[in-house]
Amino acid sequence: MTSNARRRKIISRIAETCCALAVLIALVPLVMIFFYVIKEGFGSLNLAFFTNTPKPVGEVGGGMANAIVGTLILIGLAALFAVPVGVICGVHLSEYPDSRFSAIVRFAADVLNGVPSIVVGIFAYGLVVLPVKRFSAIAGGVALGFLMLPIVVRSTEELLRLVPSGLREGALALGATRSRAVFTVIIPAALPGILTGILVALARVAGETAPLLFTSFNNQFWSTNIAQPIASLTVQVFTYAISPYDDWHRQAWAGAFLLVMIILTLSIVARLAVRRLERMNRP
Amino acid sequence: MSNARPSADDRKFRIGTGIFAAVVLLIVIGIGVELTRQSLLSIQKFGMSFWKGTTWDPVAGEFGALPFIWGTLYSGLLALLLSTPIALGIAIYVSELSPRLLRQPLTYLTELLAAIPSIVYGLWGVFVLVPIVRKIELWTPDVLRKTPLFKGPPLGVGMLAAALILAVMVIPFSSSVAREILKNVPAAQREAAYALGATRWEAIKVAMGYGKTGIIGAVMLGFGRALGETMAVTMVIGNSPQVSASLFAPQYTMAAVIANEFTEAADELYLHALIEIGLLLFVITIIVNIVSRLLIWSMKKRVVRRVPVAPVAEAQPA
Repeated sequence: MTSNARRRKIISRIAETCCALAVLIALVPLVMIFFYVIKEGFGSLNLAFFTNTPKPVGEVGGGMANAIVGTLILIGLAALFAVPVGVICGVHLSEYPDSRFSAIVRFAADVLNGVPSIVVGIFAYGLVVLPVKRFSAIAGGVALGFLMLPIVVRSTEELLRLVPSGLREGALALGATRSRAVFTVIIPAALPGILTGILVALARVAGETAPLLFTSFNNQFWSTNIAQPIASLTVQVFTYAISPYDDWHRQAWAGAFLLVMIILTLSIVARLAVRRLERMNRP
Repeated sequence: MSNARPSADDRKFRIGTGIFAAVVLLIVIGIGVELTRQSLLSIQKFGMSFWKGTTWDPVAGEFGALPFIWGTLYSGLLALLLSTPIALGIAIYVSELSPRLLRQPLTYLTELLAAIPSIVYGLWGVFVLVPIVRKIELWTPDVLRKTPLFKGPPLGVGMLAAALILAVMVIPFSSSVAREILKNVPAAQREAAYALGATRWEAIKVAMGYGKTGIIGAVMLGFGRALGETMAVTMVIGNSPQVSASLFAPQYTMAAVIANEFTEAADELYLHALIEIGLLLFVITIIVNIVSRLLIWSMKKRVVRRVPVAPVAEAQPA
């Protein structure tokens, strides 16, 4: 082997090692974040955290019961809007993939996906909060719904396209209209996948804070009224994190722990559903 | 499926579902219109001087957005500088080098970084990263501390902490798109390189060169993410509106000022000035997004055109 070839081999080895190192470097913050969230968060969890509402400054104890319920209400409202609109939009894109309109909508969905969540928050503020001059859970739900929409659209489209064309052709050959074929054959075949996409989208918006700051705002009290401001886990964690009180910091970590657990559960369930779908589709 | 004459039912179905699809388009247009409408006061009063002004004084009714624009672009660029080598390294390792068995778990782990909410990054940033950054700032030798890049008191919070946290948050986005691009590079490219006696790294370089446009698009997509990132940055950047090149100086970003001051905006002009910042953020991220999507898209199209049937086989070193 000439020395030149050896040199090139060595360079190749070094570069390959650097790539492996890059993976390790990226894992450092991941491991650190999980370590701290578990260490600080799990230790601060107790029954009161799940059953109490926040206590005023100075009183120890209190919890995030209202914020947990608030987050559930907010993502529920978001899903109420984004799921039907997103799924039907996805159906349109997969049924008419080559039309100019579809291309524009697909592009718009990608653009919307890249719009900063805080900007979407301002939009929801102008749309829902300004006209009635009041922060409300509805406004927060609308903001989260707009953020959820593009994810649902693109995942629905992708999954509908995976449905074997034989199924569609079979339905059409039997004389089914297109709408009948879509709603009774194609969507049911892709349903587990579509649900997965919805779960992924829910996981993403459940962790959103910025668009809620001036839409659903915050609420120290128990509230399930969607026309009123409502607490959410993320905004509550933010409020506590930037406060100067140790007890509130502990609660912020506990809230972060719960948030990460919710999101992990949603994405693991989604992953398992995909795996099941893949197994089903295998011949 | 092109029927010469679609039935009435099909047409109804097409239009009916099309209305729902149009909602997505309307939202994007609506954001632009609404943000412009809600910032008219500020646009009319300050005009172009809004972007050049460096004073942000709500009490005096003086609004200049330059410090926020500077902070957003500077933190985004720094984050890009830090994250790009790592993101590309991950993409190369996962798609070209790693043992088959590790591929799935590694992909999942990097995706996990993207799943962690911004607020959790922020919390970790405030209580773990900022103290570490503060130590680094205290260790920095005085000679360096006198240069413009490192001047300022060692607060911990500031540009460096923001750039570090943004870099971590951006890595999964650019690395997953870059991985996708590398997967799309035809195997023939690598095989040809190996046939000419290339080493593994040289073959990877060929593949990277082929996917250059797409990879630039992937990096830009990450940049777009960094620009709009709000909570984590708000919590560690120090929130002080100033145009400074110093990594140690506390600064401010467009997204952060909106998050912090929106509910406090007492008069209408203040609110409109904040929304105008939001409008600019919207325009910048849309441009960055569109350019990066076009780059990625043109790369994918090229692959399809050149190799009509592209079986992506595993390229093995000779």
